This record gives sequence, C-alpha cells and structure tokens, in this order.
Amino acid sequence: MSFDAIIIGGGHNGLTAAATLAKAGRKVLLLEAADTVGGGASTVEFAPGFRTSGLAHIINRLDPDVVKAIGLDTSGFEATAMPTAILSETSEAIVLRGAYGESIDGVGKEEAAAFAALRKKLLFHAGLLRRFMKKPPPELGNTSLKDLAAHAATGLKLLSQGREEARDVLRMLLMNVADISDEFLTDDRLKGLLAFDATLGLHLGPRSPTSLMGLYYRLTGEALGASGGQFLPRGGMGAVAQAFAEAATAAGATIRTASPVRRIIANRGLAGGVELEDGEILMASTILSAIHPRTTFHHLVDPADTQTGLSRAIGHIRSNGDVAKLNLALDKVPQFQGLSEADHKGRLVIARSMNHVETAFNPSKYGEYSPDPVMEITLPSLSDPKLADTGCTLSAMVQFAPYALREGWESGKPKFLEIVLDGLERHAPGLRASVEHAELLTPADIETRYRMPGGHWSHGEMQPDQLLFNRPVHAAAGYSTPLEGLYLASAGSHPGGGISGLPGLLSARHILAGGSR
Amino acid sequence: MTLDPIRKAEQEHFRTLLMPTPFHPRLAPLVETQSWYGWAGMLVAHSVFDEELEYFAIRSTAALFDISPMIKYRITGPDAERCLNRLTVRDVSKQKVGRVQYTAWCDDEGHVLDDGTLFRLGAADFRLCCQERHLPWLLDTARGMDVAIREETQEIAGLALQGPTSFAVLSKAGFDGVEALRPFQLAEFDHDGGKVMISRTGFTGDLGYELFVPATAALSLWDRLWEAGRLHGLNAIGYNALNRARIEAGFIVANGDFVTAETALRADRVRMPDEIGLDWLVDVDKVQFNGRSAILAARKNGTLKHVLVGLEIDDNTPAEAAIVYHGNKREVGLISAAIWSPTAKRNIAIASLERPYGSEILDDLWVEIYALRELKYHKMMKRARVVERPFVKLARRSANPPARF
Repeated sequence: MSFDAIIIGGGHNGLTAAATLAKAGRKVLLLEAADTVGGGASTVEFAPGFRTSGLAHIINRLDPDVVKAIGLDTSGFEATAMPTAILSETSEAIVLRGAYGESIDGVGKEEAAAFAALRKKLLFHAGLLRRFMKKPPPELGNTSLKDLAAHAATGLKLLSQGREEARDVLRMLLMNVADISDEFLTDDRLKGLLAFDATLGLHLGPRSPTSLMGLYYRLTGEALGASGGQFLPRGGMGAVAQAFAEAATAAGATIRTASPVRRIIANRGLAGGVELEDGEILMASTILSAIHPRTTFHHLVDPADTQTGLSRAIGHIRSNGDVAKLNLALDKVPQFQGLSEADHKGRLVIARSMNHVETAFNPSKYGEYSPDPVMEITLPSLSDPKLADTGCTLSAMVQFAPYALREGWESGKPKFLEIVLDGLERHAPGLRASVEHAELLTPADIETRYRMPGGHWSHGEMQPDQLLFNRPVHAAAGYSTPLEGLYLASAGSHPGGGISGLPGLLSARHILAGGSR
Repeated sequence: MTLDPIRKAEQEHFRTLLMPTPFHPRLAPLVETQSWYGWAGMLVAHSVFDEELEYFAIRSTAALFDISPMIKYRITGPDAERCLNRLTVRDVSKQKVGRVQYTAWCDDEGHVLDDGTLFRLGAADFRLCCQERHLPWLLDTARGMDVAIREETQEIAGLALQGPTSFAVLSKAGFDGVEALRPFQLAEFDHDGGKVMISRTGFTGDLGYELFVPATAALSLWDRLWEAGRLHGLNAIGYNALNRARIEAGFIVANGDFVTAETALRADRVRMPDEIGLDWLVDVDKVQFNGRSAILAARKNGTLKHVLVGLEIDDNTPAEAAIVYHGNKREVGLISAAIWSPTAKRNIAIASLERPYGSEILDDLWVEIYALRELKYHKMMKRARVVERPFVKLARRSANPPARF
C-alpha cells in the first residue's frame, strides 16, 4: 500500500496534521512509537483504580479553528469551565471566576478593579498576538502580499484602541511579569498567580526579561469560547487524544501504533520515506515529523543528509524542562484550607507571592530543585468520578525541577517528592496520610516516557529567540525544512506548545498549499 | 580549574606573538631582508634575499618555501569519507587513496568557508590543508559519525619544493620512486628513520612537490634537500615570489581574492563557489553536502551576483587593488591581485566583478590605476580584457615522467 504522506508521531499535532491532510484527499499513514496515540495527551492508570492525565492536564488553548478544520468531536471530553484559586495557608483563597478572572473573590473592591483593568489590557494585547498564532510565521526578507495585508490588519486593530494603547503593546511586549504586576496590582497573592502563570513551563523567573510573554501566550489560548478559559477534560487528556485519533481515522488516515521509526530515508537533499525499527521500509513523497525537532534531525535524519549549520542550530535549541508532574492516589478528597468545597474542582495554585515564584526559580539556574516549589493542582476525579474507583486523584504541575539536576534525579527525586508532599500538606492538612500512591515524573522521566528531549512539553523554550521565524530554528521555521519533502509539525514549530493543534494544522495547510520554502 | 601538564606548559604561549616554524633555525640565517610577517600565528618571510631573483628560482631552477603554517587537519575513521563528502563540494568517494584533491567547502547558505587540498592517505585517513581554522565546523560536521578529527598544524612541518629542477633535487636527495608521482598523487618515502609524505602538488603552476614530515624531522629534511639542491639552483624563497607565481597560475587565495564566509563582517561580502571561479568543483550529482541546495537554487534562480575573472590589462603597470569600470563610467568590480607577469610577458590581474559584467558583458572594461611615483599619483585608465586562467601554462608541470632539467 502506498501513501502520499507519512506522519511521524501520533501526538495531538501529528493527529491534527493527519486529519487535515486526509480530509484534503491525501493518503496518510501516521506512525506512533508508543502503544497508544496522544503522546503528552494521555490518560494513565498510575495506580490500581486511579486514572489521570499523564502529562498535560488542563484544556486552555484547544484551537477552535483546529476543532472545525478536522471535525473534532469535543462532546466526549468537554466539561464546564473551572475557576482558578490561589491557595493560602493563612487566609481565604482568592478565586478567579469566569475566563481568567472575569470576576474575582477574596480581594477588595479597589484591587478587583485594578485586576480587571490589567486583565482587559492583557487580553487585548493577547488578541493581537493571537493573529500571529493562527498563521505560519512571517518570513524575514520575503514578505508576501498576504503577509503584508495581515500585518496591516493587525496594525489597524492595534490602533483601534488609540495610539496610547498601541504604544503600550510595544512597551510591554518584552517586559517581565513582575514589573507589570507591580505597576497594576498591590495584592502579592495575585502577583504570585500572574508570575506562576507567566513562567509555567519556561526557564524564567518572573523578574527575568520577557517573562510577561508567557502570560500573553497563555491568554492567546481560548476554551469554551472565551480567551483565558479552561476546563478539565472528562476522561482525562487521553479522551482528547482519542477524539483527535477518531477525527483522523474518520478523515481516512491510517494510524499504526507501536511502530517506532528508526530513520528518515533521504537522497541528495530529498526525503522520501522512513525505515521502522523492525526494518520495514515505507515510502512517501511527504514526510511530516510531528515529534521533537532534535529527535527528527539528530536521530532520524542521517547526519550526511543534512547540513552542518542546520544540525548545529538544532543542537543549540534550548529544550530542558523545568516542570515535574505529580500524580497522587488519595484515599479521600483532600481539604485545602480557605477553599470552598465547590472550588476544589478548580485549578488550585500554590504561589504565595511574586518573590515566592522568583525564589523558587533561582535554584534551577544552578541545577537544583526548588526547596519551596510553586505548583498548579487539580483534582480530576472530583469532576469526573470515573477517574477514581475510590478516593480521589490529584494531578499537579510542580516547578522548578530542572532537567539537568546537578545531583542527579536518582537521589534527588525522593527528596524532591518529600518537599512537594510537605508543601501540599501545609495547604491541605492530612493529605500526606491519605496518599496511597505517589508518582513524580521529573523532566528526565517525562523525556523517557513521552520521548520529549529535555522533558520539555513545548519541544523547546518558548522565549523570543525561539519563536516565530526562529522556531525551532530559522532554517526550519515555517514547517518546511532544508531537507526537501520533510516537514515539521510538533510543538517545536510555530506557534508552539500546549494542546492547541495549531502547529499540526498550520503545517498540514502549508503542505496543501504547495509546501514551498 | 586544574591544568594538565600540557596545558600548563603552553601557558606562556602568548609571550611569543609569532611562533617560529620548525624550519626557522635554517631559514632565519638566510633571510637577509628580515621581512618577517605573521601567517596563521607563525613567523614567515615576505622575501629571503631578493624577491625578483626568488621568483626566477621558481620558474628557472628550484625554490624551497616553508608551508608549515598552513592549517592541517587529520580526519580518520570509518566515516571519514562520509564526513568529508558532507563537508566539501567535490565527490570524495571518487578520490582514490594516494590522490590529492583541490576542493572547497561551504556553509548551509552555499557561501565558501575556505578552499584547500584534501590528501587521501588511506581508505579512512585524510589530511585537509587550508588557509583558515575550522575545527568547530569540522567537529560539528562529524556529529553522529564515526570519525576523529584533530588539528595537526604544529606537529607536521611542510615544505614546497617548486620549479623545473625540483624533480632533479628530489632525485638527487635519494627519494627513489618519486619519478612515478603524477600530478596530484602522493606517496610516502623513508626519511630520518621515519616517513616523509611527498605529493606532486603546489601553488605555482610549475613542476613541483610538497613535502610533509613530523616537525621533529624538519631540519634533517631541509638539510637533505639543501645539500641535494646545491648544483640545481635551489633557493629559499618568501611569500612575495610565490604570490607572483600563483597569480600567473591563476590560483586564488582565501581572504585575498575572496572573503571567507566565517570571517566576512558585511553581508554582501560572502561568495558562492560559482562567484569565485570554483563552480567546476561543485559535484551536484554526489550525495548531499553543505550548501548544495543553496548553490542549486542560486543557479536556477539566477541570483549569483559576482564572478571572478582573469584580466589582461594594457601596458605594464600592475593594477593592484584597482577599480574596474564598464564604459569608463560604471563601477563593476575590484582587482584583488595583479602583477606584470615576467613569464607571460603580460600585465595580468584577478578581479571580482558584478554580474553580468565579466559573465555576459565582456567588452568595454577599464581599470583605474593609481601608480604612486615619488609622492605623486599617476592616474591611468587602461583597457582590460577578460582572459582565461591560468595566465601561464607550463607543459613541464604535468609531464610524465617529470623532466630533470
């Protein structure tokens, strides 16, 4: 059987690309190394009777264009919007309701108004940036009329709120989240939340230059029709992956799991097929790699088939993760202090202050984990009881936990787990005693389990030097690569990480449009 | 940081700004002109006793030139050929053991990083000689391959023996079998209890050889040749004389006639092989190599901007660094090397022109020469014609067996 396109990697981006290409009539084969598709979007039974999302656990940027383009059936996993609560050991939690705090409980009237002003501004700016997320990265020195028209439209939109707002966009774009928070807010707990959200998944502290961009990126995402919206998928992230796979299959794509690719076959600068680990050879004129760009170019492509400058640049991609994933099996629902029972279904953030996030970041610069980490906690089985036969599951993103821990994760992991559990215990007394099973995935574990070099879920730091026409590297930005016939479509490509489907969609559309460089 | 003994011994290196070459003890007493300069961090001479006579040693008898500062890399291992095929624009798989290839290498954008000579010492053993240093680029090119690369510039001494009597000198020196060497062929010979690698190569366009020995055997090799050359007109020469010969031969010098991609500061100074007369090296039918797609695209899209040409200029004033004009008005390029050629009896130059001048438009070219004569410029506008390189072609260079003279 012959195929027009072979897609390497069955993460949600690979599946999106498969569905998009298949819908356009291409004969598509998707190869996934693992036994199930989904990659970082999975549901795992980490302890008998306890299921949770394996890595990504919140839907906050699944793109409506992707949903529409591939006919993704969201009914199997869509759930109601959830609030964000900022936990405190000593006072009531602050709760942001609606999409990123349309209303806010737990702060004074004045502070609420200040937050509303900042929120409005950030969402407006994010709306402008979203325009860049929805199309291929602009090409330097090769601007098409279409690009120009799009930039002009963005410019007009920018000016629609007046020149002062336009200036503010340019002023704030590369600032750090700490300075902006200080400018607008007084409540340090709110600042802590913004700091956490801006830096989650990045090797930045809130006072690092450009850290505001992480918050902008978050707010370019939307869920349930609202920018900054979020929900916990029913059935865990595996249910989302399942829906993607069904869309791809329905479009006519063939999916083969447990089929790891050994190498990409190329000749004289032209890619034309793949060889599987078991020796099977499959040919196609289009090879789309929806896995980490470093794996693609340093492990699958023969070095003799690529150029030195490209492989050097690929080697320089900064892709060391800083986030650990914690899965807990609890014998009962934990009670977090100062939090209503209903709000336990929300996203619970432990970040006391701006300084808390900054000091949590500092050790990671020197290859050490935070002695007092910040984290984002969800209790998935509260909203979806099917995830736990008894008791309760807890899923948390904990940072900072540097990939290259100086002492090594073998000895570091048990110590870090103790620290994390202690942190949880302080906010939910009695939690430790109810732990039946604890699983901590360090970035090193995430790398191994999900085949993500550096354990970085964005397949490369989302910092300005690795965005747009420099994502993942300049020579391979915009989905085409210097190896003709080979295209990229993972989170390592524009617009980047998170469960959005956009890299897969944009890459597939680029191929359908002719795929030229 | 703790230093290993070797690094510790090297710590004082900066006190010697220019390092003597392994031949310095023999060469220094001969250098009457004291015209020393630095070549890749080593001390070498512009001339030895008389530039003019040194040139005629190359063309009439034999000349000995110290090429030890030439950058040398040793590339070994099962993937050496694959690695070099990725690096260079020529097909290394076609290069037989014992052959030397003139070649060039480019970055991903197809811009030339350097040109040089590649010696195939064995199936998996190569020596690459060039003008600039490239170790990081070479190591990155070897990533993922089973190949070892190291610089051996300092440990290997090199001599160029060039000129009509060069074969006679080698023969007299007892290098039996050297007569079998055809142009671009190499072989090893016994010397001083070890080996010397002799190749029939050079930078003069004349009959000539290049000899490589471990630095420890440098002086004994010099003495052996010097003694053998006594009755064959052997002279030590400096770079200026060699430079004249190489211009006649039409050879280009990296960072003399073109700017290498890694040293260019200005974006428009980089050059593709086709822009410096090296298009004939590029083997588009071989396996993938650095710069391949960019070079092919530039050829296809007609975006090559420059061309390197040989010029013959009226009268006898060398047009060094002169601007080239079309129709007396329009600036179209620059001369990078120029001499009055004693052998060709022509005023010759190597120039870089902006296409289509030099590629399609060949007529009505002029050069503006400013000759400084006793504190006054004699400004001349001279007619220039694009001519074939080499300007001087000598049958003895490639005659087999080589003549004894």
